Amino acid sequence: MAVLNEEQEMLRSMARDWATNESPISEFRKVRAAGEPKAYNADSYAMMAKMGWAGIIIPEAHGGSDFGFLSAGLVVEELGKTLTASPLVVSTIVASAIVLGGSDQQKAKWLPKLASGETVATLAVDEGPHYDPSAIETNVSDGKLTGKKAFVHEAHGADLFLVAAKDGLYLVARDDSVSLVTRKLTDQRSHADVSFNGAAAEKLEGGGVSLLDDVLDRARVLSAAEMLGMAQAVFDTTLDYLTQRVQFNQVLATFQALQHRMADLFADLAQMRSAVEAGLQAVDGGFGVARAATIAKAEANRVLNVISNQGIQLHGGIGMTDEYDVGFYLKRARVLEASWGSTSYLRNRFALLSGY
Amino acid sequence: MPAQLESGVNANDELFRTEVQQFLAANFPEDLKGKGNPLAGLEGPTNETDQQRKWREAVGQRGWGTPTWPKEYGGGGLSKAQAKILDHEMIKVGAFNPIGGMGVMMFGPTLLEYGDEKQKREHIPPICRGEIRWCQGYSEPNAGSDLANLQTFAADKGDHYLVNGQKTWTSGGQWADKCFAIVRTDRSDKHNGISFMLIDMNSPGVEVRPITMISGTSPFCETFFTDVKVPKKNLVGEEGQGWTIGKRLLQHERTNISGGGSLAGMMGQSVGAIAKKYCEADSDGALYDKVLRDKIADLEIRWNSFLHTVRRALQESKAQGGVSEISSVLKKLGTKLSQERSELLIEIRGLQGLGWEGEQFTDGELEDVRGWLFGKAATIYGGSTEIQNNIIAKRVLGMLDHQ
Repeated sequence: MAVLNEEQEMLRSMARDWATNESPISEFRKVRAAGEPKAYNADSYAMMAKMGWAGIIIPEAHGGSDFGFLSAGLVVEELGKTLTASPLVVSTIVASAIVLGGSDQQKAKWLPKLASGETVATLAVDEGPHYDPSAIETNVSDGKLTGKKAFVHEAHGADLFLVAAKDGLYLVARDDSVSLVTRKLTDQRSHADVSFNGAAAEKLEGGGVSLLDDVLDRARVLSAAEMLGMAQAVFDTTLDYLTQRVQFNQVLATFQALQHRMADLFADLAQMRSAVEAGLQAVDGGFGVARAATIAKAEANRVLNVISNQGIQLHGGIGMTDEYDVGFYLKRARVLEASWGSTSYLRNRFALLSGY
Repeated sequence: MPAQLESGVNANDELFRTEVQQFLAANFPEDLKGKGNPLAGLEGPTNETDQQRKWREAVGQRGWGTPTWPKEYGGGGLSKAQAKILDHEMIKVGAFNPIGGMGVMMFGPTLLEYGDEKQKREHIPPICRGEIRWCQGYSEPNAGSDLANLQTFAADKGDHYLVNGQKTWTSGGQWADKCFAIVRTDRSDKHNGISFMLIDMNSPGVEVRPITMISGTSPFCETFFTDVKVPKKNLVGEEGQGWTIGKRLLQHERTNISGGGSLAGMMGQSVGAIAKKYCEADSDGALYDKVLRDKIADLEIRWNSFLHTVRRALQESKAQGGVSEISSVLKKLGTKLSQERSELLIEIRGLQGLGWEGEQFTDGELEDVRGWLFGKAATIYGGSTEIQNNIIAKRVLGMLDHQ
């Protein structure tokens, strides 16, 4: 764990208590059972916003606390541990886009509402199953945006979309020109193909030519923080299981084959945590962000993939059952691995950034 | 927060910086610029040139080779901030710390913690001056990973011990003046029968035989002790305390092997940059061989997050005032990654990357080949990866002993 200041320590312990007591994984089971398309508990998100979590990266002048990405990551990590369903990550990313590229007027209009949780926002970038910003066809003429976005996360609950068009990023408030087709994925969260048919769009004019990359780097580090929480939870649950399950008259934790595998996973997890925290800190420091975010998400992808698989394997048959939680992490893990850059995309990006 | 930074700059530190600059200008020979420290590694006789000797003596006299060690024992007595300034100024002019070796990395810190006043006054100052080379008498033919199984015996003869037995993998044994060793003083208790003592390598009865390794070098020796007299004053701590002291010393060793001790040393030239010299790239500078390129990126991403982990372990240890639990993974991760790096360099260079000797190969190529071979030892010595895994599973994760 990065060395935290007092505010961050408080924030983390508050998030940990809330996630453990108010939003354990049984709450996610309730969301799944309710079967609503938006797939999160609105009361619970309102509570999160009330605690200030939706405004962590928003400047104080616009209703946030301006604590920064490392702080946002601490909260997101704790929520990832219990698979808390909420639009917190995507709404925070959209807020960061407005902070980076919005006009004073856009900031004044949207940021306070995002901070209070009154407005829920998400980002709509990709137009196919892979993250590929070079394949964007969506275009805007006369302030009207037209295009089709695929697998938009948290689309059903969103009032505001941050849309990547050929010539930049646009804000689109949801209205009749926006239509959704639900895409149900393994994680049982909200995803949809979203069509924009001449929707009124306002461009984010600031932020320079790298605005999309900069926003997505923030999406990468914050998603990586969620993945870190998930990996930690699977690791802890698995370790707990190994110290209880008895076979051959011995608890499994006494078997050296399993001890060494857990030591490997522990080392991987330590590396993942370092990479993710370094990514969050790079965003806050404003230095070497692209590289640090690429490393953070690539390591999150690699390690969560291994740990989510090993979590099932080490639980044995019981890990295959819906009654056990470990499978939920596997199903959410792959969705996040594929979002904002798969492992192969990120390795390619790292090589480009490194000049080979 | 610029205000804080400014208040952190101490006027005395700035005076110290000037002092260092003047010292370097007066004492560091231009010819040694960019050269390595002949004492830093385990290999090779000292064979100091006059210039190297003068430079070592100049630094040693001030204790600046061991900057934060207490001044009363010949160290620099510097604060951490001053040590940083010294380091920084040395790097700026291409100078190196000429003091090093096992005395500095492992034995000195341990003796400062466990030695008595007389022992510290006798042994620490020569280490600070780089005059005495130490070797480590730990492993034995039947005590490798199971180190506590060691059998070398020190019999109590009143005013001295009489030591008999064999040590192996004695790094730099053929060049060492003295040996810090763990030996058995009681055969009835595996761990509590071990004592930590200092043996003069020039004593009668000490015989050293270098072992040739797969890398062609002989940095390790077999060391035989036959009726070697060791004065009682050379016992460190109490009799039977050797296992505790010996393990503490290994913590220093692991920190050094994993690179936790010197981060800069871990950052060689990037593999990607080396690949650009050996493999074709397109007009954008991207390597044509996409499979190889992917492997390089994968390794470098993991290498970077390892370096982040080293930094994090240091920060956590500092903040907690104790060793962070992730320190336990550094040796295992760092040694594996550096082996992977060596293998990848061979793949990048093809057969040109497997040269044994000859002028058709660059020094860098030859060094990397020997380094690749010698590097196989890194996951074996200092507690093999398997032992590290046992330690992590039992001590950190609380997994149980086999019943």
